[in-house]
Formats: sequence, structure tokens, C-alpha cells
Amino acid sequence: MKLESRNNQIAQEVIEIVEKYNFQREKLLQILEELNDSYGYLSEFVMKEVAKNLQLTTTEVYSVATFYSFLNTRPKGKYIIRLCKTISCVLAGKNAVANALRNELGIDFGETTSDGKFSLEFTNCIGMCNQGPAMLINNDVYYHLDPEKAVEIVEKYQ
Amino acid sequence: MSMDITVNINGKEITVKRGTTILEAARNVNIHIPTLCYHDDLCISGICRICLVEVDGERTLQAACSIPITRPVTIKTHTERVRKARRNVLELMLANHYGECYTCFRNQNCELQKLAKEYGVDALKFEHVTEPRYEQDKTSAAVVRDKNKCILCRRCIRTCQDFQGVGALDATHRGYDTQIQAFYDQPMADAVCINCGQCITRCPVGALREKDFSDSVWQAIDDPSKIVVIQTAPAPRAAIGEEFGLPPGTSVTKKLNTALKMIGFDYVFDTNFTADLTIMEEGTELLGRLKDLLVDRKEAVLPMVTSCSPGWIKFCEHFYPKLLPNLSTCKSPQQMFGAILKTYFAQKAGINPANMVVVSLMPCVAKKFETDRPEMTSSGFKDVDFALTTREVAQMIKEAGIQLTQLEDSPFDDPLGLGSGAGLIFGATGGVMEAAIRTAYEIVTGEEAPFENLRVTPVRGMEGIKEAEIFIPKALEEWSFLEGKTLRVAVAHGTANARKLMDIVTQGIAQWHFIEVMACPGGCLGGGGQPIPTSEEIRKLRAKAIYGEDEQLTLRKSHKNPQVLKLYEEFLGTPNSHKSHELLHTTYTPRGVF
Amino acid sequence: MVGHKIQILFSPAETGIALRLAIGKKPEDIIAQVKESKLRGRGGAGFPTGLKWELVQQAKGERKFVVCNADEGEPGTFKDRILLTDHPCKIFEGMAICGYAVGAQNGVVYLRAEYRYLREGLVNAIKKMKESNYLGKNIMGSGFNFDIEIHLGAGAYVCGEETALLESLEGKRGEARNKPPYPTECGYMGCPTVVNNVETFCYVPAIMTKGAQWFSEIGTMESTGSKLFSISGDVAKPGVYELAMGSTVDVVLQLVGAKDTKAVQVGGASGICVAEKDFNKPISFESLPPGGSIIVFNKSRDMLYVLKNFMEFFVEESCGQCTPCREGTYRLLQGVEMMEQGRCSIHYLHTLRDLAQTMLISSKCGLGQLAPNPFLSIIDNFKGEILARDRVARNSKKTPVVR
Repeated sequence: MKLESRNNQIAQEVIEIVEKYNFQREKLLQILEELNDSYGYLSEFVMKEVAKNLQLTTTEVYSVATFYSFLNTRPKGKYIIRLCKTISCVLAGKNAVANALRNELGIDFGETTSDGKFSLEFTNCIGMCNQGPAMLINNDVYYHLDPEKAVEIVEKYQ
Repeated sequence: MSMDITVNINGKEITVKRGTTILEAARNVNIHIPTLCYHDDLCISGICRICLVEVDGERTLQAACSIPITRPVTIKTHTERVRKARRNVLELMLANHYGECYTCFRNQNCELQKLAKEYGVDALKFEHVTEPRYEQDKTSAAVVRDKNKCILCRRCIRTCQDFQGVGALDATHRGYDTQIQAFYDQPMADAVCINCGQCITRCPVGALREKDFSDSVWQAIDDPSKIVVIQTAPAPRAAIGEEFGLPPGTSVTKKLNTALKMIGFDYVFDTNFTADLTIMEEGTELLGRLKDLLVDRKEAVLPMVTSCSPGWIKFCEHFYPKLLPNLSTCKSPQQMFGAILKTYFAQKAGINPANMVVVSLMPCVAKKFETDRPEMTSSGFKDVDFALTTREVAQMIKEAGIQLTQLEDSPFDDPLGLGSGAGLIFGATGGVMEAAIRTAYEIVTGEEAPFENLRVTPVRGMEGIKEAEIFIPKALEEWSFLEGKTLRVAVAHGTANARKLMDIVTQGIAQWHFIEVMACPGGCLGGGGQPIPTSEEIRKLRAKAIYGEDEQLTLRKSHKNPQVLKLYEEFLGTPNSHKSHELLHTTYTPRGVF
Repeated sequence: MVGHKIQILFSPAETGIALRLAIGKKPEDIIAQVKESKLRGRGGAGFPTGLKWELVQQAKGERKFVVCNADEGEPGTFKDRILLTDHPCKIFEGMAICGYAVGAQNGVVYLRAEYRYLREGLVNAIKKMKESNYLGKNIMGSGFNFDIEIHLGAGAYVCGEETALLESLEGKRGEARNKPPYPTECGYMGCPTVVNNVETFCYVPAIMTKGAQWFSEIGTMESTGSKLFSISGDVAKPGVYELAMGSTVDVVLQLVGAKDTKAVQVGGASGICVAEKDFNKPISFESLPPGGSIIVFNKSRDMLYVLKNFMEFFVEESCGQCTPCREGTYRLLQGVEMMEQGRCSIHYLHTLRDLAQTMLISSKCGLGQLAPNPFLSIIDNFKGEILARDRVARNSKKTPVVR
């Protein structure tokens, strides 16, 4: 698709989402979340369109977007694996799971696979402390992980 | 609920209005509480935590700047707990602050440095940053950023967003990664920045400054083949003394002339001369637009808006591109001067304009960007080569070892050194409007504007938006279409205030004919290139100096400036002539914000 | 009662009974009842709930809001997840009662992004309650309207701080506000707002049906009722336990089958690390502040490593606006790393302790004020262990000891 028509399409989608939230400034976070879901990240273009429609400065939109760890302002993999690194999960064996995930995907935490499929990240407590180690893959939660189980789960997303 | 509350600060009883902050209350009884993120001009932030004090009944220390007094409390401002906490907070800032003081342009005028001295910091407890971690952002023609020095007080953000209504900068990321950035970490050159430099005058440290051209100017002075000409604007003359220990509001115009000559400038001229020229051109343009509307029943773009302030121009190009036709096509006085110097004056003085270097002393940072505009070359050369701020020129004077305050007076050079009081008051908000009224009224009616001692008071003062109505009871024959009409004008300073006016203009409900906008608070005297610190108090004193000087002049109307009249006679013809348009008028570039 | 498992929150209760009772009363009477129960906020700070409601009820404002803080992010805490999963109607009923009492018609649940998968269940629960007219317009014919919407966070621990939460709700960076004004006066969109934790709202229906007297008899003098504890770490039976306030650490450890326990972190990362000598202390607002979380460490655990994990957490999760928190957490983490490498002198350790003390009293919000807690309590309880540390990096790094 030509860049221009692709951009027009994105601009249209931004308008639809902002409209759904009645052009309310206070819905910025919800709007950014939806767009983050749609495109995997908030591109410069998307943020500009949001700013335009909510009558904000682009800087303000960027400022909000970079504050939150679940909003990406740079491209990420299709699936973001977020392994909890908080102490309860560590006590339950997070390090072994982390190694297994690194080995399986061939990337380190903070990186994205070359095919753009997976991003590997650590996250702070996801509230599964009694069932650690735990991870989120996009919106799905997995717990009671061990190295074997973790890579099997990732396998399903391949 | 009673409005007055008595509190006890360090044993002193003081009665304050409910809602007064602890900081304000302490200041009332001359108790000093240190501040960093606080600035008189800005909204409260309460984030640097250096102004901590002890308030009885509170477990934690309270930030004096942000706590309103709502009950009778006892406050202590230098207990052991307070001193220890402030010292730790200060140490934390120092530990993350790169900058050897002696290489910093804010050396001896730095709030952090001053605090370190006040608190007797003799060694850094936590860490000492020895290598810069970020590259300086020198991409902008006007504003330079150095994140290595930033202490994240966010005064720049509040200045840019709240005070100026621009929003080029904001805090991004979180926690220890927090930074001040433009959108998507764009370099300043690409940011939606109007170059007003207000952030610079409110930065407590050296994280923001203007792009320094003083070395290039020295180079030109040292080059015997160059004729170096400087024009000085009125606002710096009312402020530069502050850099030499004089109280704000001390005008040093004529001593400055001496200093500039001593530095080695070949000619020292007065920007007031082209301020007068601006009035002739802009006034004619306005009367022309009114005539189009009232006599020829043509469509005329009104209200007309002044175009002297390059920060305002870029603001308008970004935020109100549709209103660009409302802007007067006149160049700013600085740029008019450059164009006249490299044509008229060069011919007259027999100088090859290629060898002429035009420097301007301006209160302004945006002027640097303006000199670089591609349209500003109508003389066939870059009309103005270098725009220096008040601070840069003060630095040059110091470097030359000149004791400004001890100097004899000298006059400006002829012939472009003559400016009227009307040109002079361009330096204060409302000044262009006042100058225009003094001239336009007299041209239209043949009588002097009906204000005591020519003080057009409705457009003076520090109110953000000012309005005035000028009734024209009778007009000379040429202007008979204005007889019985009322001219409506408005004045705004600070772009956040300009925004309010432009929103009304955009809606098409504006009743005004003429609007003056200055990007900086207080007008040029509060410019981004002026001495630091700034506050409304300081700006008022500078304004007083400018208005005072005006009243001492006999020449107080632009259209009576004999040198300006001579320029028309010998060179330009009439205002808005073809030649005037070529040299003195310009065009604008719609930029948008996205 | 102390130490026994009790069931207030986990007991089955028919939705709507408490709400019906409540809307038959005057708002003042409901507030009086909540005050009498001495219920205190379960988010951590323990502010008296009845008083908070009263402040909002008396505050002037055309609109008022009830906000449920479901931004459970404290490391080791998951009790709210269980409530959100299994008892959403209790939360919503509590919110509606609160709305009626304070004069609010809108409720918002601020749900952390990490719990996004719970949203559907919550939305369905709201739908069902609307169908039964427990929410929506003219609730049970009373003329009282109350609606609840779910607002998703986007991943920021600090948004659990109530004013940061409100900023986030307004679509801004989750940075704590200056107080005063408090949310009770100027909260969401400048309107008087009640912000309560998920768990706090859940107690309200029980207080309505069983009475304030009954509730206040459970627990201790200053800490009435029961409390949910999220228990994890080196225990045989991790999970959420509902215990009376004032239960001692010992009792809790027995209950969950902890053996060889070396230390217990009470109240999550921002809580306090308790060593064996203090296991007889009760968990209540008077003694060990009862955050939602209890993490148990057995004797094989390296407490410095635990501390490092907590400090890393704060460095990332500080909102970054105030100096003591943004810079202080980083310095503490750096100090822990030095300790790890055996290059932190006792002198520098004292400097850091001093810094931690400053952070407690100088940070702008609760996050920064509590972040030094694990540093202070772990260093103080396990100083010997930390000082005697094998200097692993001795040969690899020739960095000098910092004095």
C-alpha cells in the first residue's frame, strides 16, 4: 500500500476512536491504548493524529505515552512476552524461566526477534505471586511456569 | 471561616490571608526559604523539594512553595531535620548534574551553584558526574539545550506550556529515566519552538541558553577589511546595567554607545530609527487597509496585527497559519535596519556592502532565527549578520575589560542614530501601539493625540491583554472617511495571551482594527535574551526606565523624525512605495504544528 | 478472634440486599454507620473510610465521583485480583452505597493494565447488576442513579497513589499532585472524589447488613475488621488469606506452612522487612502496617539480593518528578550494588541511611516516602550478613571502596 493511503487510513481510524470517546481529553489514555493495540505501537504519525484530534500538543501526547510501560512509542514484536521479575516470582524460579525464554527465542530481554514476532521484556509484579513464576503474553496470563512449560507456551504462538 | 490566620514562623507571629503559601508568608517576614522549581512567574510545582520546612502536626516535611496555610500552624524553617533534608536533596541534584562551573555560561548566576554555596557543600557525597552523557542540542538557530545540566525542575516546561502556550517541551519517560524532551525527542530545530527564549531566562542552571555568536562578532571586529556596524534596541539598554550590578531599571544607553565603540564597532546606530520607519510603513499599511474597507468597499484583512516580534511571527506560523494575512507585511525594525544599512547607508558612506557586517543588540533570542530566514536578504546580502542578546554583549564588554558603569556618555552615530521616543517605547508592551496612535492620530486629524503628555495609558502596563478605543472627531480631507469613526485596538504580550486574542479573531467576531502582539511578557524588555533573573517586578522597572527616557526627549513622534523623512526623500520615496516593499516588507511561511 | 481465619469478604452474599438497606436510609446515617465500624482504608495508608466519605459528602460540587483503586501493583500483592475475579458485585455494591452516601452518580474502577484480562468479567458483572437494577437509573425505584465504568491503566505502579491515579484517570502522566487540596475536595476533574481500595469497598455491604458493631468487634482497637493478606514466597500454601486484624507474624507463618523462615516482608516492596526477633508482632495499623502483601524468605535467601530487587523496582516505578524519590531511589540502588561488590564502606552506608531517612520525610508522595522502608529495615536487620559478604568481584573490579 502506498504510504499516503496507508496514512489516510490510519488518520481515519484515529478519528473514529477519538470520536468514540467524544473528543474528551481525559480519555487520552484509553485512546492511546486502543491505538497501541491496533498497530502494536504508537508511531510518530499516530501520536500526531491523536494530538490533532484532541487539540493537544504532540509533545504532551508523547509525554503521556512514554510514562506508561504498556504503551510503546517504538515498534515492538507482535507478541510481547512480559516475564514478572518481582521477588516472589524470583523465589519461585524466574531466572530459570528467563534463561529458557532467551534460549528459545535467541534474543535477550529488551529485544525483539528479527521476524518481528516476539519481544521479550521483564515487567514488575503482575499479581500472580502465589502462582509464580508468571508472565503475560499480550493480554493472556500464564503462571506456575517452569522452563519447559514456558517454551511450550511460546511455541504455541510461533 | 475567617479569612485571616495567624501563624508562627521561627517564633515570629504573622497574620496572613487563608490560602497564602508558607513561602509567601515567610517572605513577608523576611525569612529566606531556598527554592528551585518555584518561579514567581509560574504555577506551583512542588517537585524539587528544596523548600522543605517543618510544620507542626505533620509527619513529613512540607514543601513551603506548595502548601497553602489553612490553619494556625507553627512553622520552622531551619531545624536539624530541615537542614539535613535540604542538604541531602541538594546533594542528590548535584550528584546528577554535569558541569564544571567555570565552563558554564551561568557561572555566578546559577541557582544551584548559589545553593551549594549557601549550604556549604564542600565535597559531593554521592557522585560527581565527570563525563557528559548527552550531546548538546545545537540544532536550533536560537536555543541551545544541554541535558547534562538539567535538574528536572520543569520550569522550562511550565514556561513553554502555561506561560507561552506553546508546549515545545515536556517531561518524558519515568523514574530515573525522566527527561525533558520535545515530541519524539526531536532536536530543537525541528520542535514546535518559537525561539522566544523564555525558558532560558527561567532555567535555574545552564541547561538552556542562546546560540552564542559573540566569537563570530569578535572575528569580524578583528578583521580590518570588515566594517562592523551595530544597532542597539531600546530594551537591552534598559537592562544591560543589571549585568554590571546596577539595579533593574537603570538605562545606560549612552554609556553603552561608548562601550561598543571601545569594543571596536565602527558605527553604533539606534534601532529606534527603524522603529520609526516601521511606524511609517505599518501605519500607512493600516490606513490603507481601512481605506480599502471603508472607501473602496474592497475586502480588507482586519484586524491587522504587528509583526515586530519574531517569536510571535513563528508562533503565528505554527498555530494560526490562517491568520498570516492579518500580519502586517512589515519586517521587524532589526531587519529593516539591516536592509537600509546595506543599501542606503552603504551607498552614502561609500562602503561595499559585501564588506559590511551588521550586528544587532537585541533583548531577544528569536531574532537569531529571524536573521537566518531566507526572505531576509533583500539588500542582496544577509540583511543582518548576527543578532546578539543583551547577555552576549555584556559578556563581550566584560571580556574587553570595559567598566561600563564608569564610562562617559557618547551619542549615536549619524545619520541612522536618531530615533524618536515613539521608537524607544517599542521596547515595552503596548509601545508599538502607542507609537502608532501618536502618529496615525496626528496624520489623520492634524492634531496631537488626545492624551496628557502623549501618554497613551490604556495600552501601557503589565496586564496580559489591553484594549483601547480612539475616537476620531474630525479628519483631514484625505482621511475624511475616518471622521466620526472609532479605532479599536488591542495589545497582548506573552503568546498565551496572544492566543486568546487570535482565537477571537479566528471566530470572526473580533471588533478590533489593529492588534499589537509581543511574544515575551512585558514586551521586549522581558525578552528571552535579557539578563537573568526575570520577574514582573524587574520587568516593571525596565518599563519605567523606557517610559521615563521617552518623556525626556523632544522628538516623540515617529513621523517627525527628520532622518526618517530624509530617508524617504533621498531613497525610498513614500511609505509603502515599491522600493519600501522591496526592502522593508516580507512574507510568511505557514508551518502548522503537526 | 485474633489469628483465626474469618470470612467476611469470601462469604457468599446475595447482591443487592445491602444496597436495598442502604438506600432506605439517609446518607448521613450510612456515613455514621461506616464511621462507627471504624473501617480504615485497605490500600495501605489506613485513612478512616467514614471520615473520607463525610468529607466528600460535605464538599461543594455539582458532580462527585466514586473511584475504586484497582491498581494493585505492590509487589507480592494479589488479593484485589481475587476479589475482582470472584466478588466483583461486592465491589460494585460497595461503590454504589458510597455513591448514595456522598451524593455521587458516577463510579470509576481504575483497573491496572496487567489485569486487563479481568475487564470482560467486570463489564459483565456491571451489566448483570444493571439488569437487576442494582446499578443504572432509578436504582430499585429509589430515584438514585449510579453508573460504573471501567478505566484501564497502562502500566505504572505509582498510579496506585490516589492523586497519581486521578491524574492518570484524566489522561495525564501519573504524577502525584500537591496536597492540599485533597481529592475529597478537588479530585477527578476537579470534583470531590472518594478514592478507596477494592478491598475497602468490599467490606461495606457486610457492614450494612451485619452492622457496625459486629465489624468493630473484630480485630484490634484501632484496626477493626478483617484483612486480606496475599502470601507468597517460601511457604507451603501461598494464597490469599482473610485474617482478623492484629494477627501476629508467627500465626500467619504457621497458617501458611512456612519453615526455616529468616525474614518476612510485610506490606510489599514499600513495606517493612521483619526479622525473626519481631515475629511476635501483630499486623495492624498500630504496629506493622498491614499492606496487602506478605512475602516470606527462608534461611537460604540472600537478603541483599532481595533488597536489590526492591530498589530496582522503585527506580523504575518512581514517577520521576520529585528529587528525593527520583534521585534517592537510584542512589540507594547504587549503594546496594556497591554492597554486593563489597565496596561500600560503613561510612558510606551511614550516608545512605541518612539519605533514606530524608526520603521518608521529604518525598512528594507515598511512593517516595515508603521506598526507603525495605532499605532501612533490611540493612538494619541483616547488617552483619551484608557486611560479611564474600567480595565476589574483588579480583575482577579494581574499583575503590567508596567512603
